[in-house]
Parts: sequence; structure tokens; C-alpha cells
Amino acid sequence: MHFDAFDRYHQKESFIHRLDPRVKALTTVFFIVSNALLPDGAWSVFALAWIFLIAANLLSNLGILYTFKRSIIALPFALIAVTVLFSMPGKPIANFQIAMWNFIVTDAGLLRFASILIRSWLSVQMAILLVAVTRFPDLIHALEHLRVPSIITTIIAFLYRYLFVLTDEVLRLLKARESRSAAMAGHKSGGGILWRARVAGNMTGQLFLRSYERSDRIYHAMISRGYAGHLYTLNPHEMKSSDYFALAFSVAVIFILQIIGRL
Amino acid sequence: MHYSPAHMHIPDNFLSVTVALVCWLIAISALWVAVSKTNKSLGEKQIPLMGVMAAFIFAAQMINFPIFGGTSGHLLGGALAAIMLGPWAAMLVMTAVIAVQALLFQDGGVAVMGANILNMGLVTAAIGYGLYRATSSQSKLVKFSVAGFAAWLSVIAGALLASLQIWLSGNARLQIILPAMLFIHAFIGLGEALITVAALSFIMRTRPDLLGDDSESAKGGRGWILAGGLISLAVIFLSPFASADPDGLERVAANIGLIGANNPAPLALIPDYALPFLGQTAFSTIGAGMIGIIVVGAIAFLIGRGMKIANRKS
Repeated sequence: MHFDAFDRYHQKESFIHRLDPRVKALTTVFFIVSNALLPDGAWSVFALAWIFLIAANLLSNLGILYTFKRSIIALPFALIAVTVLFSMPGKPIANFQIAMWNFIVTDAGLLRFASILIRSWLSVQMAILLVAVTRFPDLIHALEHLRVPSIITTIIAFLYRYLFVLTDEVLRLLKARESRSAAMAGHKSGGGILWRARVAGNMTGQLFLRSYERSDRIYHAMISRGYAGHLYTLNPHEMKSSDYFALAFSVAVIFILQIIGRL
Repeated sequence: MHYSPAHMHIPDNFLSVTVALVCWLIAISALWVAVSKTNKSLGEKQIPLMGVMAAFIFAAQMINFPIFGGTSGHLLGGALAAIMLGPWAAMLVMTAVIAVQALLFQDGGVAVMGANILNMGLVTAAIGYGLYRATSSQSKLVKFSVAGFAAWLSVIAGALLASLQIWLSGNARLQIILPAMLFIHAFIGLGEALITVAALSFIMRTRPDLLGDDSESAKGGRGWILAGGLISLAVIFLSPFASADPDGLERVAANIGLIGANNPAPLALIPDYALPFLGQTAFSTIGAGMIGIIVVGAIAFLIGRGMKIANRKS
């Protein structure tokens, strides 16, 4: 497996790609929090926020609907909020029976449900855009600049660095299980749930030991290369004037969205 | 890739701002203690160990086993991590896992990450470690049974907390979400328990030193037994009570003032868009004005910094 198998970075030459990762991370967080603060049914502001998002897509040279297409995967989560349809008191607009329960959809419930979906969908798109235009190691570095404790950012950096290595390890374990799990016609194959769970548990324990021992070797390799408790980067991550302007612009846009939403 | 999202990650905007903030506060204070404890007690050797272990949790979630009808069980890992690495290290490891799931895979939200860390990283570690630590002088059979129970309960606790948070945000009805979440996770928790116990017994057979008296696993203070025990008791008493009588829980919440008696959207403090906790008074308007001034000031500051750098270069 290639080292960047898990990176969602989309290499392009653009203004947004060149921005400091701090600007992009902060804008994403502000945008998501701003969505949460918008009132239910503020359709015009939701539309404006989407325009902001489309503009960011365009400026990133990713194509106007890049994040829209990728956001479809997040839709199943929406099911969690379905119950809100029936839980808000309001004018009943639909009514259906499932088994012994009678569900009444109210107008307030529908409004809330649609608002949650749209907010959540806008937020997911911004998060998708963030990792599409920022290399993940740069993002980790931005977190460090934003005062996330270095022990946490270092763990995240290691997680990212070794995820594909351990995934290869898992794939080998899964392949080994497959190759020993033939099912012959007419014969019962495999054991019960307990037996299967034990096999999975043994594999997990095996993976744990391999990871544990690997971390020993990694530590020794790091010591031999002069590790002294800190990870360095060649990328200076200096905020340029355009970075400040871009951040000021995003904060202003998000603030204006909030004001329009409250009028 | 071979990455399947788990069911307990709360997406962005499914929690109200207030609930998300409270969860962040709890998570950050616990993590702050975890960071200072690990910085003090761990050698630099532990850094690559914790990092690779975070990758391990991530990768171990890909090992699944068929249950029935196309569904499959897999590990969440909070309890196992706490038993093997000790509670503080496990909390940091799980936080890193949840952060990467949110940032890289959009599995779980960014603004609500505090809640996800609390549900899947902190409470699971406290329950898993606290209960297991209580068995330090017991036989293997007791140890593994308790570890399995702790793994199961940690999943239930996460589901319970997630349902309560979504309900307190006014985004689901407790009568529906709580029994549904607890029912599903009672099964998911069984998978968690089986894998955790099997993995522990495998490690015990092959590397007993990692679970012995000198291991990280034995170093956590005995206070964890109390903490883990109390959280477990709360979950054990709250879950059946809440699922059997969600109306009762709503009444209790109304009585202690968490929600208004007729207010279907508990803790939704944002609706009228003045500063809610100040009421509709002059203070509220002044407060809103001050936030405006702060934001405009921040924008001006950023533009000023940008101009300064631009001038320096020209």
C-alpha cells in the first residue's frame, strides 16, 4: 500500500492550496460553528453559505461540484435525526402507521429536520474541502501552531505515518484467514459466532503484538537518527500577508452570514 | 479504502452549540490532565508507542467477523487500549483516533468532536481500566470476564451518552433514540467484549510480561477503580431506567431545570439570538454589540497584520 493511500489531498495549483494551513483550518471550524448557530429555516443564509463553499471549490481548481459529489457518503448519518420529524409539537402535516405506533410528522419537526440536514451537509463539505486542499502533515502542523498539545499532534502524526503500514499488516492477516477458510460443497464450514469472534480476537492480539514490537524498532531507529523529543519540518509555515487577508475575508463573510441570519 | 464507519460518531450540527461546548469543556479538562500526567510519567519511548498504538486501534477496526445476515462485528478499542496502555495514554490514543476519523474521513463532526472524544475515548477508557484494575489479584478467569463485561459496558456507555447529548440538543426524541441506540449497541458491545477478551488472552499467552505486575497496565492508581466503578454504576442504573421510562427522565430533567416543562428543545439556548442567558434586556443587546465589536476588531487586526507584512516586503 502506498504511503499516501489514506490522504485525501488533491494536488492542484491554486490560491487556496497555497494558503497557510492555519487559515484553512480556522476557516473550516468557524464555518462549521457558524452553521450550528444559524436558526432553523434560514434558507437564504444556507444558500449564501453554499455559495461561499462553491466559491472556495472554484478557487481551489477542484471543479465547482467537487465537495458536493464527495459529500454523498455522509448522508446515511442523517438517519439519526429522523426522529426529530415526529418529536416537535406543531401542526400535523402527515401521519402514518408502523406496527402499533402512529407517527405524526409536524411542520416544526420537518423544518428542524431539513435544517439539521442542510447544516450538517454544508459542514461536511467544508471538512472535505479542508483535507482536499491541505496535505495532512501540514494540517497536523497547523494544529500544533494553534496550541494543540504537542503530545497529541505527535500521536496523530505517528498514527498517520503508520496507518498504511498497519493496514498492510491487517490485509495480510485477513488474507491468511481467507486462505485457511475454505468451504467445501456439502460440508459445514467454520464454527459458531464464539469461534469466529475468537479468531478475530486472536488476529487483533496478533496485530497488537506486531504493532507493539514495531514501535520498539521505530523508537530505536529514531534514536539512531538523533530524535530528541521533537519532530521537525522543512515547511516554515509562516503567515504571509495574503494569509491574513484571506482569514480576515472569511471571518467577515461568516460574520455577515450570522447577521443576515438574525435579521 | 477498507474503512467502515462505526455507528456512534455524532456528525456536525447534530448537537446544539451549548451541549457541544459543555462536552468540549469536559473533554479538554480530562485531556489536559492526561497530557500533564503522560508528560510527567512517560519516557520519550512512549511517544512512538502511543502513536503506533493509535494506528493499531484504527487498523484493528478493519478486522471483522461475520455475525449473521451480512452484519459483522468489529472492535472500537477504547477498553482494550486502556487495559494495555493504562488509562491516560489510552485517552490520548483514542483522541488521536477520533481526531483523524473526523478530519480525514469525515466520520464524526469537527465542532462536536469534544462529545465524540468524551463518549468513545474518555468514558470507555475509564470504565475499561477501572473495572479491569479492580481484578489485579484475581484469577485469569475473573480478569477476563471482568474485561469482557467492561468492554461491553463501555460501548453501552458511549451509546447512552450519545443519545442523551442528541436529546439534550433537542434533535431526537428520547423515547425513540434511547431504546434504539441501547438495543443496537447491546449487540455491538457483545462483539467488542468477545474480541477484547480473545485478544487479551492471546497476549497473555504470548507476551505475559505486557500484562504482568510491572507493565503499564498495572501502573494506574487505584483511584481508577473508584472512578471506573462509579461511572459503570451510573450507566448500569441509568440505562434500564431511561429506556423503560424515558418520560420519567424527561420529567427529572424538567425538575432540575435542564429543560423547560413544555419545551421540546432542551438546552436550545440560541433561538432568539440575543444572548440567551442574559434575557431580553438592554444587557443582552449590549452583549451582542460587544461580540460584534470583537469580531470586527479581529478582522481589522488580521488585515493590519497582512498590510504590515506586505509593506515590509515591498
